[in-house]
Amino acid sequence: MEDFKIKKREPFSDTKLLMTITICIFFGMYILAMIFLKGGFLHFQQIGDLLNDNTSLIIVACALTIVMIGGGIDISVGAVTSLVVMSCVMYLNSGGNIFVSILLALGIGLAFGVVQGFLISYLEIQPFIVTLAGMFFARGMTTILSDNPQKVEHEGFKELMSSRIEIPWLGYTANNGNKIPFRLEIGVIVAILCVIAVFFLLRKFRLGRNFYAIGGNQTSAMMLGINVKRTRFLSYVISGLLCGIAGYCFMMHTGAGNATNAAGMEMNAIASAIIGGTLLTGGVGSVIGTFFGTMTLTTIKKIVVSSGLNDPWWQSITTGGMLCFFIILQSVVLKRRQKKRVL
Amino acid sequence: MSKKRSIGQILGPLAIPLIAIGILVIFNLIRDPEFFSIVIKHNNDGNAVLAGNLISIVNGASELAILAMGMTIVTAACGGQDISVGAAAAIAGSMFVKVLKSVQEITGVTVVLAFLAACVIAMIFGAFNGTLVAVFKIQPMIATLILYTCGRSIAYWINGGATPSVESSILNAWGSFIPGIPIPTPVLIVILMAIIFGLLFKFTSLRLFTQSVGINESAAKLNGINATWIKLLSFIILGVCVAVAGTIGVSRLGLINHETLLLDVEMDTILAVAIGGNSLGGGRFRLSGSIIGAYVIQMLTITLYAMKVPSTDVKAYKAIVIVILVVIGSPVVKKKFSKFVGDLRRKRAARSENSEKGAA
Repeated sequence: MEDFKIKKREPFSDTKLLMTITICIFFGMYILAMIFLKGGFLHFQQIGDLLNDNTSLIIVACALTIVMIGGGIDISVGAVTSLVVMSCVMYLNSGGNIFVSILLALGIGLAFGVVQGFLISYLEIQPFIVTLAGMFFARGMTTILSDNPQKVEHEGFKELMSSRIEIPWLGYTANNGNKIPFRLEIGVIVAILCVIAVFFLLRKFRLGRNFYAIGGNQTSAMMLGINVKRTRFLSYVISGLLCGIAGYCFMMHTGAGNATNAAGMEMNAIASAIIGGTLLTGGVGSVIGTFFGTMTLTTIKKIVVSSGLNDPWWQSITTGGMLCFFIILQSVVLKRRQKKRVL
Repeated sequence: MSKKRSIGQILGPLAIPLIAIGILVIFNLIRDPEFFSIVIKHNNDGNAVLAGNLISIVNGASELAILAMGMTIVTAACGGQDISVGAAAAIAGSMFVKVLKSVQEITGVTVVLAFLAACVIAMIFGAFNGTLVAVFKIQPMIATLILYTCGRSIAYWINGGATPSVESSILNAWGSFIPGIPIPTPVLIVILMAIIFGLLFKFTSLRLFTQSVGINESAAKLNGINATWIKLLSFIILGVCVAVAGTIGVSRLGLINHETLLLDVEMDTILAVAIGGNSLGGGRFRLSGSIIGAYVIQMLTITLYAMKVPSTDVKAYKAIVIVILVVIGSPVVKKKFSKFVGDLRRKRAARSENSEKGAA
C-alpha cells in the first residue's frame, strides 16, 4: 500500500522525466523558429533535411546510448564510421558489388566492437583508454587507406545513393510554382529502423534490461545473476555493429570517402545522448530521448545559421551554450528529486 | 627471489612506463645506434644549442608533460578527466597574442602581462569547469565537453577570425632557446613546474587532501575536508598548466592558430596519466608517472617519425602500442601472470624438494 502511494505521486522515472524535458524543449524551440524565422522552418521538408543530413549521427547516438546506459563510454564511434566509409568506397571503386560492401561495413564495425568489448569487459581496462586507442587506430587506418578524398564511381551504388522516397502530399510549392515533393533518403529509413530496434531491445528484451541493471549498480546486477562481463561485452558489440551501419549510411549520404569524415562525430553523439537524458554514470537513458536530443542539437545549429549569425564561431559557441544549459538543468532536476526522495 | 620482489615493489606503479621507455630505447639502439647521439649546433641567432633526437623528444613533450601534471591532479580529485585542455590552451594562447598585439612594442613587461592575462583567462575557464564538476556534481568528461565543443571557436572569436603572428626575441626565448643556454627553454619550464609542484606537495597538505577526496569523498567530508573546494582548486591548477602550455605552443611557432594549436592533446594527456600508472578512477596519484608517461608518448611518436611513418599514419601504430601497454597493465592479466609465475615457482620448489629427498 505504502509503495503504491509513492508510485502515484511520482509517476515519472528519471529516464522519462529527462526525456520529456528534451522533447518539450525541442518542440518549443521548433515552434519559436517557425514563428520568428519563418522561411524554411514552415515547410515540412525542413525536418526531412534535418533527418537526411544526420542519419549517421542518429545511428551513432543510438550506439552510444546503449554503451552509456551500460555505464561505459565509446569515443571510437566517429573514427570507426569514417574507416567504414573509406574502406567501402575503396572496395566499391575496385569493382566490388553492393551486397559485399554492406557485409564489409558490418564486419568492420563488428570487429571493432568485439575487440574493444573484449578488452573492456574481460580484461577490465578502462573503456575510455580502449576506445581512445580504437579511435586512433581507426583514424590512422583511414589515412593509411587513402590520404586523398575518394569519390564513389560504382554505377549501382550511385543509383542507390540518388534514390529518394517521395511523399507528394507533404511537399510544398516553390516560389516559381513547381511542386516539390517531400524527399527522404533511404538512410533515414535505416536510421529510424535502428532507433525502433534499439528501443525494443532496451524495453522488451532481457538483454536490454540487463544493460540498465549493470549500468545502475554492477554489484547488485551480479547478485541478481546477470552475467555482467558478457552483458558489457555485448553492449560494445552492438555499438560496433551500429557504427558499421552508420558508416554505410554516411556513405549513402555523401558518396565520398575522406580522412576527415565524421570528425568530431563522437562528441556530437555524446552530446545528443546527454541532451536526450542519458547519464554517463549509467542506468538512465532512452533511445527516443537520444533521437530527440540529436534533432535538438541539429535544429539549434540550423537556427543559428538561418538567423544570420554567419561568423564561423557562433555555431559551436551556441551548441556549447545549449549543452551547458541542458547539463545544468539535468543536474538540478536530478538533485531536487533526490532530495525529495530522502525527505 | 625476495630481492626481485622488492624491486617490483619500489617501482610499483612506475613499472609500466619505465619498461615502456626501456623497450623503446633498446629498440631504437638496435635499429640505429646513432639515434640518441647529441650534437651541438649553431642556430639562426648564433647560439650554441644542443640538437638531436633525444633533445627533440624531451623538448617536444614539454607541453604534454605540463598538461599531464595538471591532469593528474584533476583525475585524482574528481575521478574523471578534463577533455577541454586543448581548447582551453587555444583560448589562453589567443589571449596571450591579443595582449601582445595590442601594445606597440613587445618588452619583457608586456610579455609578463600577456602571460598573466592568459593565466587568468585559463583559470576562469578552469573554474567554470570546476564549478560544474564540484558544485553541480556533473561527471568531469561531460562538464568539459561543453568547453571542448566551443573552446576553439571562442579562441577564434577572441582574435576576430584571424590567425595573427607575433615576432619577438623574448618569445623566441620562451619557446625555443634563451641565448647562452644550450638547453631548450620548454624543458627548463617543465623542470621548474615539477619543482613547484614538488614544493607545493611538500609544504602543503594538498596531496593528502586530493587523494582523500578522490578515494572517498564522503569520508573526506566527514573529516572536515572541503571537497568542493579541493575539486575546484584542482581545475584551477590545471588552468595554470594550460596557460603555460598554451603560451609555449604559441611561442614555438610565433603565431596562434586556433585550429591546430595543441590539437588532440587532451587525448594524449589522459593517455600519459594512464600510462603513468595512475588510476583514471581517482585516488592515489604520482606526478612522476604522468611525466614519464608524456615522454613515452613523445618518444614513440619520434621513433615512428624516424622510421619514415607519415605523420597522419602515426595514430594507428600509436594505438597498437597503447593497447599492448594497457593489456600488460590490466589487473586481470597481472593476476593471471602472477598466478602463472607462482605455479612455476611451486613446481620448481616441489621438484627441488623431490631431488633433495632423492639425494638423501
